[in-house]
Amino acid sequence: MTLHNVKIERCDSLPPRWSMSLPKSCLLLISVLPVTAWAQSTADLQAKVTALEAATRSAQSAGDNAWMLVSAALVLMMTGPGLALFYGGLVRRKNVLGTMMQSFILMAAITVLWAVVGYSLAFADGTPFLGGLRYGLLNGVGSAPNPDYAGTIPHQTFMVYQLMFAIITPALISGAFAERMKFSAMLLFMVLWAFFVYFPMAHMVWGKGGFLNAAPGGKVPCLDFAGGTVVHITSGVSALVTALYLGKRLGYPREPMKPHNLVISFIGACLLWVGWFGFNAGSALGASSLATSAFVATHFAAAAAALGWVLAEWIGSGKPSVLGGISGCVAGLVAITPASGFVKPFPALLIGFLAGIVCYLMVAKVKQNLGYDDSLDAFGVHGCGGTLGAILTGVFATSAVNGAYQDAAGKTLPLGLVDGHGAQIWNQLTGCAIAWGIAIAGTLIILKICDALIGLRLTELEEIEGMDVSLHGEEGYILEA
Amino acid sequence: MKKIEAVIQPFKLDDVKEALMGIGVDGMTISEVRGHGRQKGHKEVYRGREYTVDLLPKVKIELVVSDDRCEDVLKALTAAARTGKIGDGKIFVYDVAEAIRIRNDDRGDAAL
Repeated sequence: MTLHNVKIERCDSLPPRWSMSLPKSCLLLISVLPVTAWAQSTADLQAKVTALEAATRSAQSAGDNAWMLVSAALVLMMTGPGLALFYGGLVRRKNVLGTMMQSFILMAAITVLWAVVGYSLAFADGTPFLGGLRYGLLNGVGSAPNPDYAGTIPHQTFMVYQLMFAIITPALISGAFAERMKFSAMLLFMVLWAFFVYFPMAHMVWGKGGFLNAAPGGKVPCLDFAGGTVVHITSGVSALVTALYLGKRLGYPREPMKPHNLVISFIGACLLWVGWFGFNAGSALGASSLATSAFVATHFAAAAAALGWVLAEWIGSGKPSVLGGISGCVAGLVAITPASGFVKPFPALLIGFLAGIVCYLMVAKVKQNLGYDDSLDAFGVHGCGGTLGAILTGVFATSAVNGAYQDAAGKTLPLGLVDGHGAQIWNQLTGCAIAWGIAIAGTLIILKICDALIGLRLTELEEIEGMDVSLHGEEGYILEA
Repeated sequence: MKKIEAVIQPFKLDDVKEALMGIGVDGMTISEVRGHGRQKGHKEVYRGREYTVDLLPKVKIELVVSDDRCEDVLKALTAAARTGKIGDGKIFVYDVAEAIRIRNDDRGDAAL
């Protein structure tokens, strides 16, 4: 667009300069004719340029919109089937459907919530902590772009893309209370959680004028490209709180609770890996070179993290396992999420590798020693990996990748420690602290409410029978049928 | 009549079946079972949690033969099922009081 503005300026400024340079002795007739012709051709040219400009804008919008719609679909694919399969395979056979249903029902429930009021609370103008009701019932969310967020794609595309994030975030928590929570209590918990934790946090980090927004208008600019704080810290920390509040599964850790089907977990994790390109590269909100950069960083971090976890496990327990490999790639994807649009490929490898090792130690050593039952390691991977990623974003973010910070004159300012802006780490820590705080307080209050209203846990008999039969009246595997 | 009950390694089932059919045994019953004798199980680790799996999958073969054929069958069975390592399994032999073919009331050796 800038390029075309420049062209127009030149066209406008040509005729006067030209006429001044004409010799004074020119005949009136000779001079008038070309000027008239010139005026006509200028008008033609201007019309052409205007048309060209509109065509270019429409082409860019088409390109950006195509990528963003694909990204939205990819992020939905992360929840179902990705996360549903990943978690479904990690539980015992009697709970496979109940676990998958927790992810699936959120695809439906959060969508309705988002349309009615959720999108507005997260992205409409409001206080620094929560959006207003301007976009309630998706009022005014149509095909015209919203330049506050994404100037080249329909506002509706932005809305539906953000919806997919709101779906997967609560779904991640379900890994912590797997195999023991009532379906009704889970639904109520998730709806309240979206209101008390997700919408405020999304508004603070991404909403216009949000408290932590790195774009102008935020008091404490926290760099979070694709949702390290909003998605992974909030869900991971809430997961820990629910695991502690609900208590251990019956028989944990005495009885064996092996993953019943690592094959479907494997498929799920690989779908998550692919879907994450929509999550991170899509967060560029256009088919830009920044999207490519985020795509590369995402992939590199996942690869390095898979290696990191497998190596640590090989040394720690003797064998490189498939579950270790797929857990590692997810840990790396979590950690690179806030950094993906700010870091170069090699720091991405490093962030991933560290995440693989740290999350392995958290899950295999720290959790085992502390004894809490975060059943599918939602905290160990998302809470821990998310916090690590958020802090490392403050270290490795560079203006060479993303000119997020600019001064009044439009000059690009340094981003992270590698650019010489060490203070960014404090901003990142503040963002983490707020995300942890909201997640802990919000989740505790919500759990109390749900507990008082309907009770959280399955009865002992239901838990022994399994969620599939006791909650849903069906079985995942009927091999003799 | 003798009942032969053999618990063997699952991957030896085809060899054993072939050997038994080779010496003219026409019938047997197979079930998939789990168990262990002196062979201790193995260790599995999932995200740092260790499980000892001590009941291992085995195949149980049951067949009833006439007294005079018993020794041949046992020899064939043992030879086919043996790898020489711990975990090859065991064979138990019982006396059988009666056998009846449901289709036509044949009794004793005629029912086998």
